[in-house]
Amino acid sequence: MSLETRPHDKLIVMANQIAKFMESKPHAEGIEGLSSHINDFWEPRMRRQLFEMLDAGGAGLRPLVLDAAPLIRRPKP
Amino acid sequence: MKDFIIPDRDFGTPAAKSKTMVTLTIDGFDVTVPEGTSIMRAAAEAGISVPKLCATDSVEAFGSCRLCLVEIEGRNGTPASCTTPVAAGLKVSTQNTRLKKLRRGVMELYISDHPLDCLTCSANGDCELQDMAGAVGLRDVRYEAVETHFKAKNTSGEANPQWVPKDDSNPYFTYDPAKCIVCSRCVRACEEVQGTFALTIQGRGFDSRVSFGAKTDTALTSDCVSCGACVQACPTATLQENSIIDIGTPERSVITTCAYCGVGCSFKAEMRGDELVRMVPYKHGKANRGHSCVKGRFAYGYATHKDRILSPMIRDAIIDPWREVSWAEAMDFAADRMRGIQAKYGQQSVGVITSSRCTNEEAYLVQKLTRAVFMNNNTDTCARVCHSPTGYGLGQTFGTSAGTQDFDSVEETDVVIVIGANPVNGHPVFASRLTKRLRQGAKLIVIDPRRTEMVEGPHYKADHHLALTPGTNVAVISAMAHVIVTEGLMDEAFIRERCDWDAFQDYAEFIAAPHHAPEAVELLTKVPAADVRAAARLFAKGGNGAIYYGLGVTEHSQGSTTVIGIANLAMLTGNIGRPGVGVNPLRGQNNVQGSCDMGSFPHELPGYRHVKNDDARAVFERVWGVSIDNEPGLRIPNMLDAAVEGTFKGLYCQGEDILQSDPDTKHVAAGLAAMECVIVHDLFLNETANYAHVFFPGSSFLEKDGTFTNAERRINRVRKVMAPKQGYADWEVTQLFANAMLGKTGGAGWGYTHPSQIMDEIALTTPSFAGVSYERLETLGSVQWPCNEANPEGTPLMHVDGFVRGKGRFIRTEYVATDEKTGPRFPLLLTTGRILSQYNVGAQTRRTANVVWHAEDVLEVHPHDAEVRGIHHGAWVRLASRSGETTLRAEITDKVSPGVVYTTFHHPETQANVITTDFSDWATNCPEYKVTAVQVSPSNGPSEWQEDYAAQAEQSRRILPAAE
Ligand code: SF4
Ligand code: SF4
Ligand code: SF4
Ligand code: FES
Repeated sequence: MSLETRPHDKLIVMANQIAKFMESKPHAEGIEGLSSHINDFWEPRMRRQLFEMLDAGGAGLRPLVLDAAPLIRRPKP
Repeated sequence: MKDFIIPDRDFGTPAAKSKTMVTLTIDGFDVTVPEGTSIMRAAAEAGISVPKLCATDSVEAFGSCRLCLVEIEGRNGTPASCTTPVAAGLKVSTQNTRLKKLRRGVMELYISDHPLDCLTCSANGDCELQDMAGAVGLRDVRYEAVETHFKAKNTSGEANPQWVPKDDSNPYFTYDPAKCIVCSRCVRACEEVQGTFALTIQGRGFDSRVSFGAKTDTALTSDCVSCGACVQACPTATLQENSIIDIGTPERSVITTCAYCGVGCSFKAEMRGDELVRMVPYKHGKANRGHSCVKGRFAYGYATHKDRILSPMIRDAIIDPWREVSWAEAMDFAADRMRGIQAKYGQQSVGVITSSRCTNEEAYLVQKLTRAVFMNNNTDTCARVCHSPTGYGLGQTFGTSAGTQDFDSVEETDVVIVIGANPVNGHPVFASRLTKRLRQGAKLIVIDPRRTEMVEGPHYKADHHLALTPGTNVAVISAMAHVIVTEGLMDEAFIRERCDWDAFQDYAEFIAAPHHAPEAVELLTKVPAADVRAAARLFAKGGNGAIYYGLGVTEHSQGSTTVIGIANLAMLTGNIGRPGVGVNPLRGQNNVQGSCDMGSFPHELPGYRHVKNDDARAVFERVWGVSIDNEPGLRIPNMLDAAVEGTFKGLYCQGEDILQSDPDTKHVAAGLAAMECVIVHDLFLNETANYAHVFFPGSSFLEKDGTFTNAERRINRVRKVMAPKQGYADWEVTQLFANAMLGKTGGAGWGYTHPSQIMDEIALTTPSFAGVSYERLETLGSVQWPCNEANPEGTPLMHVDGFVRGKGRFIRTEYVATDEKTGPRFPLLLTTGRILSQYNVGAQTRRTANVVWHAEDVLEVHPHDAEVRGIHHGAWVRLASRSGETTLRAEITDKVSPGVVYTTFHHPETQANVITTDFSDWATNCPEYKVTAVQVSPSNGPSEWQEDYAAQAEQSRRILPAAE
């Protein structure tokens, strides 16, 4: 399925994919791994959109993404 | 006397590998050589060339021509020097009255059955038969043969049954049996060097002939893969390149590197004036050791194809026809637009794509363009769509994102795992070296959904073929690791010494869980558990184990996880850090490795240093005199998403065709269409150029200096053999553009005058390249990075005394099913690949005679699936996924399992990527090409999308006649 319906949907899928890999690790390590992965590879525009979703409650995002949110670098507005 | 290019010295027989040395005397000179060397080779080492016809140093000696006779003191007769090994104290003479007489007799016999048309023969000046006639002093032939092979008719005008017409079915070389001396060098080359066994000698004695398999087979219809090894080995004009027949002999040669695949074969480009006469594999090339495949050897005609664009072109909108303009006008237009876009939409609104087909120096300049001129990190490369998971996975586990071995290493391998790769098609020269080792008895495990050519070939067969369901690589690799851990087959000493012990224990506990057992995943992977267990045991305990993998590993939503799994497997079994073992990604394009090394990724500066690191940025900030953004930039899929959103508006794309090579064509097209300035820099008006506003014509690899880095991390020189047909090498075009951009803001321009200066800048800024310079490459031929003060001659094997990151790190690899699932509407799984004669999106190979082997992409369907759908062989079928649909012809074959269909993506008409979705690897966004749920049904012809697409492409390729 083309995921371009709404770009934010695609971000949810991507964040959840990372979460699924990191979930097999101990929780703290998973949080660390997920946040540093997003910090290292997601450009500011994507992180901004991620925070829009997180700030709105993070519907659709896996719990590990929510848990890792405080460690994700918030881009300059 | 002739002043011909000096051929590489032929020592007659291959070098012996023994470490024991033996001394003998040849013509009064003492010679010391390794045990097992032939007398012929020993003489050659002493500078004495014994006359020979059937021996050449690329194949084992055969001893049939009897021209190389010598006398040995105390032995009877005149043994053949090519088949007689040296022994300590032998006294050999290679020339005396008796030997001279014998040799003349031999030559007389050969010549009496050979046409004497030397002056008009295509091999004139390049024929060993001619040379030997001269060498033995043949002055006349005392008798005329009654029966010959070369006369079409006998004296009374009857047809000669021994005469066989020329076979010119192969587009690149001709077989003329009239000139054959039946030395069998070609047959041995096909067996030993290439491993195809296409040629045989049929008949006996006077009747014996070289033949392409069965009598009715021509070169084209036989098993021949057109590698050229036989042509190379043939001493006469019997097997001859058509280009030599057409043009004549070359007058000089330049060593350069093939621009097709990641093997990176070295070639001699043989020239006459500025015309390329032929490409001959270079004997001293360390990747290929004198071998080649059809692409590098013969398929270079695209460089002079009539479709090549030689003038810069611009247009205001993509619905307009192209307008040919001067370089200056094109640069000005492009720079104006890009500056305008940045002024209006911000610094982040433009970016670049570097090419894996261009040189290191060119990739370096393109990423420098975005970092130092556009002032952002929006650079990506087509490696994104193939090997980005390799970078991530090996980086996390070993600490460096490259293959661990050189290709020579395969000669010491005992067990090979080939997973998700089909080197026989994708990396043919490496495959020849691998299958040679397999024929010597090494064991083979193939993990691939399809019964590829790798599974079984002449005189070898995989011990295990794990034909898994597409998308279950992680489950299979983890199951193998489970067996190794639970059965205690791991190399504990290695793990304790070399790896992080805590991480290992964590991993061992994880992988030992029952849900990783082969029996537990069998339902999912469809691989019988017993096979997985047997394969795991073989790999763990079978001696030196090496893993080679390709895009069938990386192009999955769990691509990075599989790479990690492979690294875990190598560490578990202690297969790292010595010859014959290792983890080896087989790179698709010639310079995928190089473009990654050169900082093409948006988060990494050259040498894999993250842009967040202040000290890494500082190095470049000092040299470039700018400040570098510390945030990662946009990857290709992000660029396209941002374009559709309206925040990304301008792209400079060098030597890539993202519209054809990237997944979900419709999404790519939508992204490109939303941009205000797309600059395509390529040899041809590729598919992406349908959406471009500026076209910079590119130069071919024959027209520029530079370096490519192959899959072994080997930096090979690319040398200019002719002037760029459109005026500038690609690095010069990027520089012109950078200077046009800088000119708009009054910045200082770039002033490189030769690519060696770019390499010097790379060496200055990038530790693993610190020791690389054109000078060093000139002396050493090639070097494998890291090349620095500690390893001035480069590093053939990585992680020898310890991992680059210190201790090897085991990482958990949980299997996560892809979101791409089959269901009632799309019940089949499509997987994609490539074939030997075509390359990538085919832009080059489609413009050569290689199309005789592959005129269109076909869909392989299992007989069961075909039958229930009423599809027969050769019929048009409609292939549909959630993303789109296309049509192509079906091939019914059991190479694929039921439920799986397979196609290639070499032809734009097929548009296989209309079908693929935009699911991607979790870590790197490498697209999931290898798994798409599809349906297949009968059809009458091209789909609506294909027709619309063809119309749009036609429309956008119009070029206005140049204004006077
Ligand atoms: S071209 Fe290669 S495959 Fe074909 S016959 Fe010659 S050696 Fe064999
Ligand atoms: S074709 Fe050439 S190499 Fe082969 S047997 Fe004849 S002369 Fe020798
Ligand atoms: S194996 Fe690859 S590098 Fe070598 S000649 Fe063929 S395409 Fe070129
Ligand atoms: S070269 Fe030795 S027998 Fe032919």
